[in-house]
Amino acid sequence: MNRFWKRLQYTKWFNISKDGIFKENPIVVAVLGICSALAVTNRVENAIAMGLAVMFVVTASSLVVSAIRNFIPSRVRMITYMVIISSFVILVQMFLEAFFPVIAASLGAYLGLIVTNCIVMGRAEAFAVKNPLKYTFFDGVANSLGYMWILIAVAFFREILAFGTLLNFRVMPDTWVNWTVMALAPGGFFVLALIIWGVREWAKYFDVAAE
Amino acid sequence: MANLADIFITSILSGNIALTLILGMCPLIAISTNVKNAQGMGLAVIFVVTITGIINYPIYLLLQATGTERLSILVFIITIAATVQFLELFIEKVSPRMYNNFGLFLPLITVNCVVLAVSLFFVNRGYNFGQTAAFSFGASIGWALAIILLAAIREKMKNHSSVPRGLAGRGIVFVVLGILSLAFIGFTGLSFF
Repeated sequence: MNRFWKRLQYTKWFNISKDGIFKENPIVVAVLGICSALAVTNRVENAIAMGLAVMFVVTASSLVVSAIRNFIPSRVRMITYMVIISSFVILVQMFLEAFFPVIAASLGAYLGLIVTNCIVMGRAEAFAVKNPLKYTFFDGVANSLGYMWILIAVAFFREILAFGTLLNFRVMPDTWVNWTVMALAPGGFFVLALIIWGVREWAKYFDVAAE
Repeated sequence: MANLADIFITSILSGNIALTLILGMCPLIAISTNVKNAQGMGLAVIFVVTITGIINYPIYLLLQATGTERLSILVFIITIAATVQFLELFIEKVSPRMYNNFGLFLPLITVNCVVLAVSLFFVNRGYNFGQTAAFSFGASIGWALAIILLAAIREKMKNHSSVPRGLAGRGIVFVVLGILSLAFIGFTGLSFF
């Protein structure tokens, strides 16, 4: 078991996944994709839906970009990515509207705004155009997992403090007074700042923080 | 008429697109390190958002007439990219001085959520043409206001405050944004008419 673990640490896909989830986490370290990380995280179920939607779009669009990377002329690559990404976003939007209309309504325009989520574009430009399909797949999944766990962490604190519930089950005592500010934008900013602080302090990312 | 003015004022203050709807965060954080760059970016956003909002409205009507609203995201993105490209060439040709002031920021705007968001919001809220124009102008002014305020605060903070090292850099920006956002939400209910 120990030998297996040692060997695992030297494989390329393991390192790609670790970078995406912790070491180069898109939100905490690179500070990308903040808009949706704050706007939809006042309830945990919205955060999970948004995380899954982004995971599908990032993985699928990186795979397509990686598959046709040798045929994209570099002058028009941005608009090519945009067309690929927005096709997948339209797919996600239609899927959610058909099967989960309540979640689709509460995400609203932010669902369409996955198109301009910097993480999607960033992975296509920084990784998918240079790497073969199998590594692109791990990179896409790892980065969106890194995005998703921060989203869920932010939503966890905001939902408990703002509504006294967790996934719509009441967890706080009845005497709990809701902190309305947590459901609004400022609550999101404060919670995310504290989480970024905590993660950076815990993982010692000071060289990045000091830039 | 009062309705238009209300939409305009709301989208600058209590419905500020950066601080209460939380859009366009990537450029807001990346470019707000000094006031001069922030002004350039703000101007470029005002310019592009207003123009694309006005262009996208008739295009949406066209999509509605042909029953293809599903594709609106794809079409909006292409219009925005084309408009930005065109504006960049046009400004470079007509006024090199203006180009030096904010032309450099134009290519970055294609991936700014604010531009697409304004187009998606007028669809969601069912605005008519006049309301769309007022909303796109107001929203972009609000965004420019937010980035300039943030840049000014960060410039002062760099020299005069000692931030805990885990929070330094971009972490503290979120705390500043949170406080600014509280202040802007305080404008809720303001009405001139």
